[in-house]
Amino acid sequence: MIGPFRRTRRPKPPELYSPRSKPGGDRRPVLNCAPTRTDGTFRRAIETGRSRLLITGAVMSFAFVAVGLRLVDLAAFASPTATSAPMHAETAYRMHTDRATITDRNGVIVATSLTTTSLAARPDRMLDPVDAARKLAQVFPELDPAELTAKLTSGSPFVYIHRKVTPKMEQAVMELGIPGLEFERDETRVYPHGPLMAHVLGFTDVDGRGLAGIEQGMESVLKGSDDPLRLSIDVRFQHAAHQELKKAIDTYSAIGGAALVTDVRTGEILAMVSMPDFDPNHPADSPAVNRFNRATFGTYELGSTFKIFNTAMALDSGVTTLADGYDASEPIRISRFTINDYHAKNRFLTVPEIFIYSSNIGSAKMALDVGPPAQKAFMERLGMLQPIALEIPETGRPQYPDVWAPIYTMTISYGHGLSVTPLHLAEGVGAMLNGGMLMPATLLARDNVPTGRRVVSEQVSYDMRRLMRLNAVYGSGKAAQVNGLMVGGKTGTAEKPGGSKGYNRRSLISSFVAAFPMTDPRYVVYVVLDEPQGTKETYGYATGGWVAAPAAGAIVERIAGIAGIAPIEENAPEIQHAFAIDLPEETKKLASLRQ
Amino acid sequence: MAIARNDTSVLGRWWWTVDRWTLVAVTVLAVLGLLMTLSASPSVAERIGVDPLHFVRKQAVLLLPALVAMLGVSLMDPRSVRRLALMMLGGSILLLIGTLFIGAEIKGATRWVSIAGFTVQPSEFAKPAFAVVAGWLFAARRLGEPIPGYALACALYALVVGLLLLQPDVGQATVVTAIFGVQFFLAGLPMVLVILMVMGSVSALVGAYFVFPHVQSRIDRFLDPTAGDTYQIDKAREAFMNGGLFGRGPGEGIVKMSIPDSHADFVFAVAGEEFGLIACLLIVALFAFIVMRGFARVLQDNDLFAVIAATGLLVQFGLQSLINMASTLSLIPTKGMTLPFLSYGGSSLLALGIGMGMLLALTRRRLGVLS
Repeated sequence: MIGPFRRTRRPKPPELYSPRSKPGGDRRPVLNCAPTRTDGTFRRAIETGRSRLLITGAVMSFAFVAVGLRLVDLAAFASPTATSAPMHAETAYRMHTDRATITDRNGVIVATSLTTTSLAARPDRMLDPVDAARKLAQVFPELDPAELTAKLTSGSPFVYIHRKVTPKMEQAVMELGIPGLEFERDETRVYPHGPLMAHVLGFTDVDGRGLAGIEQGMESVLKGSDDPLRLSIDVRFQHAAHQELKKAIDTYSAIGGAALVTDVRTGEILAMVSMPDFDPNHPADSPAVNRFNRATFGTYELGSTFKIFNTAMALDSGVTTLADGYDASEPIRISRFTINDYHAKNRFLTVPEIFIYSSNIGSAKMALDVGPPAQKAFMERLGMLQPIALEIPETGRPQYPDVWAPIYTMTISYGHGLSVTPLHLAEGVGAMLNGGMLMPATLLARDNVPTGRRVVSEQVSYDMRRLMRLNAVYGSGKAAQVNGLMVGGKTGTAEKPGGSKGYNRRSLISSFVAAFPMTDPRYVVYVVLDEPQGTKETYGYATGGWVAAPAAGAIVERIAGIAGIAPIEENAPEIQHAFAIDLPEETKKLASLRQ
Repeated sequence: MAIARNDTSVLGRWWWTVDRWTLVAVTVLAVLGLLMTLSASPSVAERIGVDPLHFVRKQAVLLLPALVAMLGVSLMDPRSVRRLALMMLGGSILLLIGTLFIGAEIKGATRWVSIAGFTVQPSEFAKPAFAVVAGWLFAARRLGEPIPGYALACALYALVVGLLLLQPDVGQATVVTAIFGVQFFLAGLPMVLVILMVMGSVSALVGAYFVFPHVQSRIDRFLDPTAGDTYQIDKAREAFMNGGLFGRGPGEGIVKMSIPDSHADFVFAVAGEEFGLIACLLIVALFAFIVMRGFARVLQDNDLFAVIAATGLLVQFGLQSLINMASTLSLIPTKGMTLPFLSYGGSSLLALGIGMGMLLALTRRRLGVLS
């Protein structure tokens, strides 16, 4: 059956395949056909086919098993969160912006950059600029169609249509399908706290350049880094200061004001508010005058608060002691001026009495004892004659007389004739209380505290704590008292320059500087009101003790809780003893001394 | 169904000779497919803005013709199967040429032609037809019939694959290549040539990597998931993890909302999320059962044409399901391939019905051809 038959003999498939060709149940002939196909070729072919079929089957079943195992592996053993989630978090964290974020001392974001889109047009590539303007005006109702048409037909090859386009608007513009429109990716500076830190942070222009505050002063640092810039400000302190200052300005109809909270140990500024203020997100919406920084740029004759420095200077120079005193019975007449006391006692006053009665006569005499050159040197050492090197460009240069004549020595002793910024005063008071070291003020968080510069001895610093505490208990600072916090303070009420006699009696700079706890001073709180008006509750008075001291006290009370400073028993014998200063009986009875 | 053992009517003989187990398994798959379309397609339909049950309705309408076609074809004898395949192949090749000129471009490839209001994907019909025709050519040549079987088979293969690559449709070309390779292998291709052919396939894959950019990007992303967008694969993986052992419940899946082709290529992931591991293992087992049972049937067959043709059909069916499931499970790079009967797709369903019908017809117990 091999050989010649192989090619010629063709099997007859119809008979084999189709039982239909065989009628009835007679299948024998079909079965008999089978042996005709058992020739060698067929047998070899079918055997090869079968063995190779087994191989194919084995490979396929292996593949099915692999799929099954993978299924079990994925569905039963993999955890849904482990694989993808961290990858997304990481990419989000590494986001790069052109300008670094600014945070407060606790890491709260106070300024950051968000990616936005700007819509621009290339009118020469547009099919119909007039139609495009009409359609675009429907998406941006704030755009004037006529103006837009003029812009697009002006012949300029590139015009901005809208800055800061939201994703929704962007989609709407895309759907218009206008050729010649372009979206540009850029960044918008966002200040989540709005006006809260306006004068600290400043603001940027549309191209992201700092135009004021930290944004301008720290421009190169913000541009050069992805790491957030950490400020010394604590938003919680800032909020307390902002709210209380606003309340005081509204109550006393002041034209403005400033509030500062500083750390006496490190020089860090924890809160800095100037009013009126603005929203750095939209700086142009407020009058330009609101951008004026009263806390660090405006210089003022700050009045009686300067008696803190004057008294410390006199004690430190050794010309007097707490037990000594001066005759304040007669006003001082010098050339065409007369120096009077606001609450004249017309008698001999001890140094503590001069401080708590805020005697101009006594202070002037103390200063004369020290002498003009020593006073100027002291002021110089205290930084009162130089602008403060702060991280913002808005720092005011103090104004002082070219010739430091005795008359100026006398007026400067009670805070006239030398104009400084409120920050100068807060910085100086801190140095009086922290053991006598001047700590340079800063708006950046300080991890390494510098040594500072000695301005008075530790003993004088201790005496000043006692005097300021005394003043808050018996003198003009009663309104700033917070029970248990050992608050000390000093008022200041200065007449602003102007008016017929060189000064205007109705235009006051009323301030109060508080510090606490006097047992171990931590914070200086300074509140200044510009031209406050007295109310019925203050009996028409607009002096520091009436208008600024309550605000300072309110700030002290709020920040003490935040800072975790626990109240103590102020009447405890050891504290009474440590702060005891002998005063004449009359002083202790004086109840309503609030200058 | 009471059919007497000695019933010699067409239906009676069919009932006692057809592989009823495979028939049942395929029917179960087809019904599961309708269920999966019900589950996976409404979210897709909503995305493209048609009636939520749009795909379900189309699939249901085509399911009956597909099952009828399967039963009808399974009634045929091998010679009629061969004739049907020959006609189908001729038609498909004409339509494949047609796609190049009148085809509708969808997602970067022209794979569909419109005939009398129906959109048809000719490549789906080409696969089973090619398997049967090539099987016949190989068997005839092997058994010494006076036709240049190998040469014709090779030419046919080159024509079909060439047309598929022009669309381009690398996935279908791969399947056709696998069918052709396995059939040639069974037909007694010398081992040297087998090795050469394997090497040829590997170099063809490497070639595809360099010639087709989309193939390249998919393989790159498979080898290095960080290299690009692995969105669909990540989502599919997430679906299986969400599903766990028992699934979130029918219709409770969330990943289907975010996979573009959840009703087609990624239907297995939807099954994984909604019905869980056990159901998925059952599906895999169903596919494996059909393929393995087919092989077992073929192994006992004495007709070389039936052996080679049926193996080709089984390879097509098995490979398609394997590639789909493996790429959904990220075992291999993503390859757009439908999961037989489970994925949505009218052409695919109808062609599968005809293909399975051919398989059933070829694996029927016939007198004189059992060893």
